[in-house]
Amino acid sequence: MARIVVVTSGKGGVGKTTTSAALAAGLAKAGYKTVVVDFDVGLRNLDLIMGCERRVVYDFVNVINGEANLNQALIRDKRVEGLEILPASQTRDKDALTFEGVQSVLEGLAENHDYIICDSPAGIERGAHLAMYFADDAIVVTNPEVSSVRDSDRVLGLLASKTRRAEQGDAPVAEHLVVTRYAPSRVGKGEMLSVEDICEILSIELLGVVPESNAVLNASNAGVPVILEDGTDAGQAYDDLVARYLGEPRPQRFLDEKKGLLGRIFKG
Amino acid sequence: MGFLDYFRSQQKKRTASMAKDRLQVIVARERSHRDGPDYLPALQSDILEVIRRYIEVEDDAVRIQVEREGDCEVLELNVTLPEES
Repeated sequence: MARIVVVTSGKGGVGKTTTSAALAAGLAKAGYKTVVVDFDVGLRNLDLIMGCERRVVYDFVNVINGEANLNQALIRDKRVEGLEILPASQTRDKDALTFEGVQSVLEGLAENHDYIICDSPAGIERGAHLAMYFADDAIVVTNPEVSSVRDSDRVLGLLASKTRRAEQGDAPVAEHLVVTRYAPSRVGKGEMLSVEDICEILSIELLGVVPESNAVLNASNAGVPVILEDGTDAGQAYDDLVARYLGEPRPQRFLDEKKGLLGRIFKG
Repeated sequence: MGFLDYFRSQQKKRTASMAKDRLQVIVARERSHRDGPDYLPALQSDILEVIRRYIEVEDDAVRIQVEREGDCEVLELNVTLPEES
């Protein structure tokens, strides 16, 4: 049985798609058959981050409408074995995603995948609701910034009430926090919320911290999931995070600032 | 605290702690509304209006929440009266 994971946040621009791409690539690299689904109908972008934008023929909505079957719409990643992408449609029809349609596509994907990663759109409208509705696990992506933390709390409320697990009285959706764009030096100066503060406010368990890094923009420019850039800090942070998600304990490596020689002398 | 931090902290207020305090307050308030029935905000403003017929109180003087204890739901109403001057 496949596990359905929603990557969500409420607020836009915090790193949902970057995290979805990294998580999917990381799980596939670990040997799991993984598909990552773009739920952002109208604003397709996962294909660009995954570097397969020129290979999109059919999309999520085509499959729902019976204009293509799943095998025609799924794009096989050329770098990682066992990784597939289901792109979003660019239709302007807000109602293109139907409850029954999403359910049947997820059931179809569950037959031959271990993990289904649902890349949620921003906001709390239909697309975001459907992305989280069938989830077993939720990755909540948050920036250390007041509006992002508040929106994440709102999304946690929805995960606890507006999901299949909540409605059927099953075990609740397992929530994991990912803090992105973290700058330990600014936390040290008291200018940025710390990871501890964010965990305390949201009362949710931390999965990983991704440092503010040039590697994220570079990877998206090139259409490579940043986790595949082994030598970068953000790539390593995502690698740790995926390992932890799979149950392997790994220390948090990116909570402290890297101190230069001068920094060491003055800070002791 | 390092040698230079002393001077830095003199220069600007540490905004991270302001962020944390503000978030804790707003998140707690939004959670209490979220867990309760949909009519709570309307009920809250009606009660505020009734109280204002008799006493001058602040906008946030009435706090209302539903607590569940087993099968029992308790509606908790908290009214802060102004200090007598």
